[in-house]
Amino acid sequence: MTGYHLAELNIGTARAATDSPEMAGFMAGIAGVNALADTAPGFVWRLQDGDGPGATALRPCGPDVMVNMSVWEDLGSLRDFVYRNGPHLDFMRRRRSWFHPMAVPYLVLWWVPAGHIPGLDEALSRLDLVRRDGPGPRAFTFRDPCPPPVPAAQAAR
Amino acid sequence: MNRADRPASGLIGFRIVTVTEISVIAVLEDPVRRRLYDYVAAQGSGVSRTEAAAATGIGRTLAAFHLDRLAEAGLVEVTFARPAGRSGPGAGRPAKLYRRTTAEHQVSVPPRDYRAAAELLAEVVDVTGAEPELQRAARSRGAAAGRAARQQSPALPDDALVAGALAAQGYEPYRDGGDVRLRNCPFHLLADSHPPLICGMNLALLEGLLSGAAVTSLSARLDPQPEECCVVLEDSKNNAD
Repeated sequence: MTGYHLAELNIGTARAATDSPEMAGFMAGIAGVNALADTAPGFVWRLQDGDGPGATALRPCGPDVMVNMSVWEDLGSLRDFVYRNGPHLDFMRRRRSWFHPMAVPYLVLWWVPAGHIPGLDEALSRLDLVRRDGPGPRAFTFRDPCPPPVPAAQAAR
Repeated sequence: MNRADRPASGLIGFRIVTVTEISVIAVLEDPVRRRLYDYVAAQGSGVSRTEAAAATGIGRTLAAFHLDRLAEAGLVEVTFARPAGRSGPGAGRPAKLYRRTTAEHQVSVPPRDYRAAAELLAEVVDVTGAEPELQRAARSRGAAAGRAARQQSPALPDDALVAGALAAQGYEPYRDGGDVRLRNCPFHLLADSHPPLICGMNLALLEGLLSGAAVTSLSARLDPQPEECCVVLEDSKNNAD
């Protein structure tokens, strides 16, 4: 509607290798949670490595750091899935048994023109941005969301 | 607007805001109004003046008067709807319906700000990854409340015991088939700012409450509903199917 979709990247440092007993609950549940995302209202796209479940085999930030990336029609649909979908919320509730806490932002949101599928380099540069400058129109978080750009700004991209 | 009514910034402003909150709460001092508020707050959807009057055993005109006072204070909100099954010309005027608001009012005298402290603590738990410890603490707090409720009324059926213990913790339980759902989230603002943290804490608290009260007919599960608590207490029999 606005001509923009919302892109999301979150990363997590795993407490153990994906084939370890510590990570078994995560690895067993991730496919089901991803399937729920695929049918959630407003879902557009998510990153897949074509190898493990979801994007669990990709390691662009280091050997233990897993990435998750998706595109949604708007902030409301992503928020509803993340925080108001029972099985996903339950998965998030258990995240500390699988991932180390981080003192810096590990999630970033940004607007992309509808139809644009962001690459990992674009996503990681937005994460750098929110870590360096804090939330702003080009990179923000659920806590401090920004509205999509007005169409006039489209040419400046 | 009178100068004294306007919330200002700084210390003086804080006192004025608190006084405003007290006047909101004071609207509930009238016992009839309080009964009406309790009735409206416990319903899932809007209720008409006639329904509220019948439920509280007072006349419709008196009910209308008090419901409008509650609405003016912002304790309930007003919507308009036609009775089910009637539409188009000749369906009559839409009825005035009253329902609970999501706004919350807290009064402390002298002023205290536990919300800010709670937000800071939640932030730290998030950053340090102390969620498992928070869930453990919540589970044992819930268990203590459950045990106390059981000791107080050992012979009470599970249903009534759970309903009473939940209400004492600030939940508003209601039956949904064999399940128990919770209309109120006692941690609403924090749950909004830190959902997985607070919903996980809430789930642990309720799991603890059930086990402390030795109730096995229900089991707690995350199942967020719009405007309601994120936890449902499921009929264990249904769950086992």
